[in-house]
Amino acid sequence: MNIPSELKYTKDHEWVKVEGDVATVGITDFAQSELGDIVYVDIDTVDETLDMDEVFGSVEAVKTVSDLFLPLSGEVIAFNEALEDEPEKVNTDPYGEGWIIKLKVSDASEIEKLLSDSDYKALIGA
Amino acid sequence: MKNTALSSTHEALGAKMVPFAGYNMPVQYDGVNIEHQAVRKDCGVFDVSHMGEFLVEGEHALDLLQKVCSNDASKLTVGKAQYTCLPNDDGGVVDDLIIYKLKEDQYLLVVNASNIEKDWNWISSKNDVGATMRDLSEDYSLLAIQGPNAVEKMQALSSHDLAAIKFYNFEVGNFAGIENVIISATGYTGSGGFEIYCKNDEVKQIWDKVTAAGAKPIGLAARDTLRLEMGYCLYGNDISDTTSPIEAGLGWITKFTKEFTNSEALKAEKERGPKRKLIAFELDERGIPRHDYEIVDAEGNAIGIVTSGTMSPSLGKGIGLGYVPTEVSAVGTKIFIQIRKKAIPATIVKPPFYKA
Repeated sequence: MNIPSELKYTKDHEWVKVEGDVATVGITDFAQSELGDIVYVDIDTVDETLDMDEVFGSVEAVKTVSDLFLPLSGEVIAFNEALEDEPEKVNTDPYGEGWIIKLKVSDASEIEKLLSDSDYKALIGA
Repeated sequence: MKNTALSSTHEALGAKMVPFAGYNMPVQYDGVNIEHQAVRKDCGVFDVSHMGEFLVEGEHALDLLQKVCSNDASKLTVGKAQYTCLPNDDGGVVDDLIIYKLKEDQYLLVVNASNIEKDWNWISSKNDVGATMRDLSEDYSLLAIQGPNAVEKMQALSSHDLAAIKFYNFEVGNFAGIENVIISATGYTGSGGFEIYCKNDEVKQIWDKVTAAGAKPIGLAARDTLRLEMGYCLYGNDISDTTSPIEAGLGWITKFTKEFTNSEALKAEKERGPKRKLIAFELDERGIPRHDYEIVDAEGNAIGIVTSGTMSPSLGKGIGLGYVPTEVSAVGTKIFIQIRKKAIPATIVKPPFYKA
């Protein structure tokens, strides 16, 4: 199971990469492997400002719909539109081409609430 | 939870296992899309040993079947199979099933795993004609070998001419070194192939030879996308205790050539036309319809319910089945599927969604 040490994680199996006041968000390798083939990524909150833990979209596998929860409060500034035609990138490259949104972080103090790679490993029993 | 005779084989292959109808079943091996395409373009094998099998025999076997089944089992000859359903007394369906006529006065009924006990009790309760019933569900395994190359790839495993077995016909004979198996030209995928019924202690040898001959293991997730692309009903989703065979589009297996459970009421429903109908629809925009999502009209009023839905691997769009009032059920009608906050436009189409 790939859990890069430079990323932060959530209990909802999302990863967060913070660069300045912008955070890139996706789902973890563990999450994509549990979900199976991702067939649709539905994000309808671009340009909206949401609180931490609010639903910002969903990923759909063949048999399941999973809500996506915002890992940090802020404004959703970009959706990875490549996923509209190739949602399977979430399976093949969850930490790279399979990124889902970019977020303008409104409260940097929330970042310390995120899980480290070792916390996340413990969570999933990896 | 029960295992099939092959559960450990699936686990050794790395399958993701899920509980289904009380059985530990493989939902996928390599990924549902790859498995789906393998069946559409080549050949796959499904372990569907969770399905139930009842033997009904004796000189009154046909009398019992005619009482409980919607289709006319008297049309069956030895070596033929028939799709049928068990109507209940209240306008709904107890189960859908396939009947095989094995011999004169001997029939095999293949029922859904989730309904084995319910069906057994239901049919038993109607058996005042003295037919002999045996539940073989725990003793028999079932493999579905499906796909356009199934016959060619499996021919070396049997002395029977597999290509000569016509759709919904079967032979009893040798396959993969085992005698007395049922080789049936049936399936639930729309891509051709056949199904093999054998005893539990024989199925491992057959599975091994079938996979060695080039059939790819396929899980239940792809079984569902394959059947839905054909518009085939799934019991528990599209048909149930509360849906009539007439509104479900199963009039073709509901034959009023004889009396059967609730036949008077179903005949009247057929003559006056059902109030609602099971329709097939494709989404006009991105999205995936799901079981129990609402179908709404242009003003957002709820008019029906989605009973099955998925992203079609073959079409690359959202497809589904659902019930709507008969007056809005015509092919070409625009409807909307309520997917979370959005009403996504959809068009009623004539199934199958997938045309080979």
